[in-house]
Amino acid sequence: MTTIEKTNPAGNPAAADTAPLLEVRDLHVEFVTREGVAQAVNGVNYSVSAGETLAVLGESGSGKSVTAQTIMGILDMPPGRIAKGEILYRGEDMLKMSTEQRRRIRGQKIAMIFQDALSSLNPVLTVGYQLGEMFRVHQGMSKKDARAKAVELMDRVRIPAAKERVDQYPHQFSGGMRQRIMIAMALALEPDLIIADEPTTALDVTVQAQVMDLLAELQREYHMGLILITHDLGVVADVADKIAVMYAGRIVETAPVHQLYKNPAHPYTKGLLQSIPRLDQKGQELYAIKGLPPNLLRIPSGCAFNPRCEMAQDVCRTDVPALHRVTDADGAELVGRGSACHFWKETLRG
Amino acid sequence: MPDVIEKEAAVPGSASAPATAPAKAGKPRSLWSDAWRDLRRNPFFVVSAALILLLVVITLWPSLFTSVGPRDADLQHHYLGAADYGHVFGADWFGYDGQGRSIYARVLYGARASVIVGLCVTAFVTVLGGLLGMLAGYFGGWLDTLVSRLTDIFFGIPLLLGCLVVLNAFTHRTVWTVVLALGALGWTQMARVMRGSVVTVKEADYVTAAKALGAGTTRILLRHILPNAIAPVIVVATIALGGYISTEATLSYLGIGLQDPTVSWGIDISSAQNVIRTAPHVLFFPAGMLSITVLAFIMLGDAVRDALDPKLR
Repeated sequence: MTTIEKTNPAGNPAAADTAPLLEVRDLHVEFVTREGVAQAVNGVNYSVSAGETLAVLGESGSGKSVTAQTIMGILDMPPGRIAKGEILYRGEDMLKMSTEQRRRIRGQKIAMIFQDALSSLNPVLTVGYQLGEMFRVHQGMSKKDARAKAVELMDRVRIPAAKERVDQYPHQFSGGMRQRIMIAMALALEPDLIIADEPTTALDVTVQAQVMDLLAELQREYHMGLILITHDLGVVADVADKIAVMYAGRIVETAPVHQLYKNPAHPYTKGLLQSIPRLDQKGQELYAIKGLPPNLLRIPSGCAFNPRCEMAQDVCRTDVPALHRVTDADGAELVGRGSACHFWKETLRG
Repeated sequence: MPDVIEKEAAVPGSASAPATAPAKAGKPRSLWSDAWRDLRRNPFFVVSAALILLLVVITLWPSLFTSVGPRDADLQHHYLGAADYGHVFGADWFGYDGQGRSIYARVLYGARASVIVGLCVTAFVTVLGGLLGMLAGYFGGWLDTLVSRLTDIFFGIPLLLGCLVVLNAFTHRTVWTVVLALGALGWTQMARVMRGSVVTVKEADYVTAAKALGAGTTRILLRHILPNAIAPVIVVATIALGGYISTEATLSYLGIGLQDPTVSWGIDISSAQNVIRTAPHVLFFPAGMLSITVLAFIMLGDAVRDALDPKLR
């Protein structure tokens, strides 16, 4: 635990100039298991402002979804446990709020879109009922008005023949249409912030693009903040403003989206970018980061990435790197960029 | 071109159509409407439902079928069989018992005790057991431990033996005493089924999603968990109903359930046991009615299970 406290970064270099809508500060989440305490999130800091899209990138088990669940307050506790940290919504710590206060924020102020729309929709209730439920729960609307609102929402997310389909059940919709319904549900009360947890993973590629475009368009229209959780670098590029890359429960790099693609400052990010198949690499073997993600019960000492890193030195095995501010060759600070690597300079320029 | 589209839309078996097919104007289909469609086509369901319907009508208005009371005794008909069978639906249709009472009338009026016991016990155990099972399954913790251990304890007590012991404590027993005794011993079965079902359903993504969108506990339990968890409970309840009816008859037969002057098939079977060889009709008709009734409910339960269990589709 002491090593983690030492690494508490000085501040979030990605903080936007406007007051952030949501700010996660030094969040630590653990899971108590039979084998020991798994440290899923180890001091995550990020913030999102209105109208901004933050993409949280990372492989399975990197803690990106756990962070989102903690923000939403839907983490299973136990076995989950928030060891430390603050989640500020408009400056107020949500972790200190009453259950009722938090319930009011959920859905109304912060909404979530889940990965698998089929399993996230109740199979025995009609789509219209589930959409209308948002209005009935939070605004005490009548059944009839709620249904009308549901049709309106389905129109807005461009579901054809909304009026006829409002009384259908989730299994009667295609995957893309179901994800649109999930988006409509999240949008229903015009929240300030939407957290989308791998919203396109369960969809095929052409539908992925449609759904992402819709999401981006609606975000612009409503001027919402968007946290996009994904492991897919391709999904992020067009939509996100800034990216936070997570590894073993920690943010290892933050950057505005195009800078990250062009010039990563962390070996892990670099490895991820290299492992994307490219058209000009025909016939070559695809690059893969060697090794496996760390066991969260026994996170390696020093930098968690060191056993897999090609640049690892002795210092990487002993000292946990802080999130350094990244500067360009002339020493000028690159706004919004940070890298938790001892050798970020070498990575950036190498 | 429009012709082609229309033809395609008219292809039967919309279930096999790809999920990406455009909106069909067909009726929305839920688990329940699917189940209902299956049930209507199941001959076992049709037969058992018709039998049960008839039974319910007999229970409510037995005088529609006979003008003779079940307690009208005329000793000159003592153990008289219906030798000529000439009077269909007449008082002597099934013959007379030892006290010269019309067996036909007694069989009709006896349905009331059986059906009331069956329905009331089932309603009682489903509501009580279902509620406790749902709360235990959803909240876990001490309530879950308590309900689960109680269930384990009750599981070891045979229903019939338990009822014998409980009912023995009452000197004056009515239908409601029997209902209470059966219900008190039977609810744990429902609690067990409901708990197991809720434990599975509460892990579902749509429950998390409902939470994430701000639904309260009551709404989650009633709207999202209950409708998805209730199917196994309905199946078990329907099958158990027949079991409760036969248990009531067994208890009455043993002289520990209902008592005269209540009219019950169990009592009539009991009083017929000494004259099986000389007047078999006294035993045959109430026993036959009991068998048909229990069979009807078990058949209904089977049909409902087939319709609700997605694994059997």
